Amino acid sequence: MTLFPQGWTHYLVGGLTIGAGVSVLFALTGLIGGMSSVYSSTWSYVVRHPYFQQPPLVKSREWRLTYAAGLIGGALVWWLLFGNGTRVSVSIPPWQLALGGVLVGYGARMSRGCTSGHGICGLASLNWPSLVAVLTFMTTAFITANLLASVGGR
Amino acid sequence: MRTSALGAGMLFGFGLAFSTMIQPHVVLSFLRGQDMGLMLVLGGAVVVTFFAYRFLPKWLPRPVLGGSFGAHVSVMDRSTVIGAAIFGIGWGLSGVCPGPAIAGLGAGSWELLYAIGGIALGALLQGLTSSREVSVVRPTP
Repeated sequence: MTLFPQGWTHYLVGGLTIGAGVSVLFALTGLIGGMSSVYSSTWSYVVRHPYFQQPPLVKSREWRLTYAAGLIGGALVWWLLFGNGTRVSVSIPPWQLALGGVLVGYGARMSRGCTSGHGICGLASLNWPSLVAVLTFMTTAFITANLLASVGGR
Repeated sequence: MRTSALGAGMLFGFGLAFSTMIQPHVVLSFLRGQDMGLMLVLGGAVVVTFFAYRFLPKWLPRPVLGGSFGAHVSVMDRSTVIGAAIFGIGWGLSGVCPGPAIAGLGAGSWELLYAIGGIALGALLQGLTSSREVSVVRPTP
């Protein structure tokens, strides 16, 4: 039984790099860079419903979408430098990705944060409601993933 | 601002890929107690961000490119907890969360489009059924 069967350095280096990204955004622009809001702010381009036309979403939609494009670019750079020439394929069944995604999107926006918004930005700000959110989603995720495994799911 | 968001996002995305967090099965192996790596990723990111949020506003009068330093606002109400619980169920089902779903496209994981479509639909449903305002990031006093 080992805590890190795949080694641990890539986890730590990756985590520090993620923190560097959030910190650089803050240093240059003062913006708080969680990732779940982009899914709502991007809807503001096409959905007229008042919720999506609120200033915090409309005013942030451009940088949030650019930040999201940066995420793709960063992973592409990693793939070009360290990838083995074939794409990274995902073995999780599509229905789990899609249904899980709906719950992830609904829940994160209802909670006003996800693993990056509450997990990184909130905890780094020592905001206790974010700690409660993190402990809550860790718990339900732990239960769900283990239930799924116990019925033979991936 | 556009270039900074792009550059900062690239660091973020590179870190997500380097740490293998763009691969849902790695996240699920953490949730099943088989590999504690996610704790190191989250911990590393939180420590760096903590120092940035804590000290940059003391050292710099304003962000390098102007404007003002924002602050992460989180409020405690039923939505925070119930939303987090729902988010966790989805995360445990898919191994995918909002950032890695997007970043993984850069490594060619097109299957993640199922997750992105789901997350976008979930965010749409949440907005359409919500009666309250979105969270506001307000400048530090």
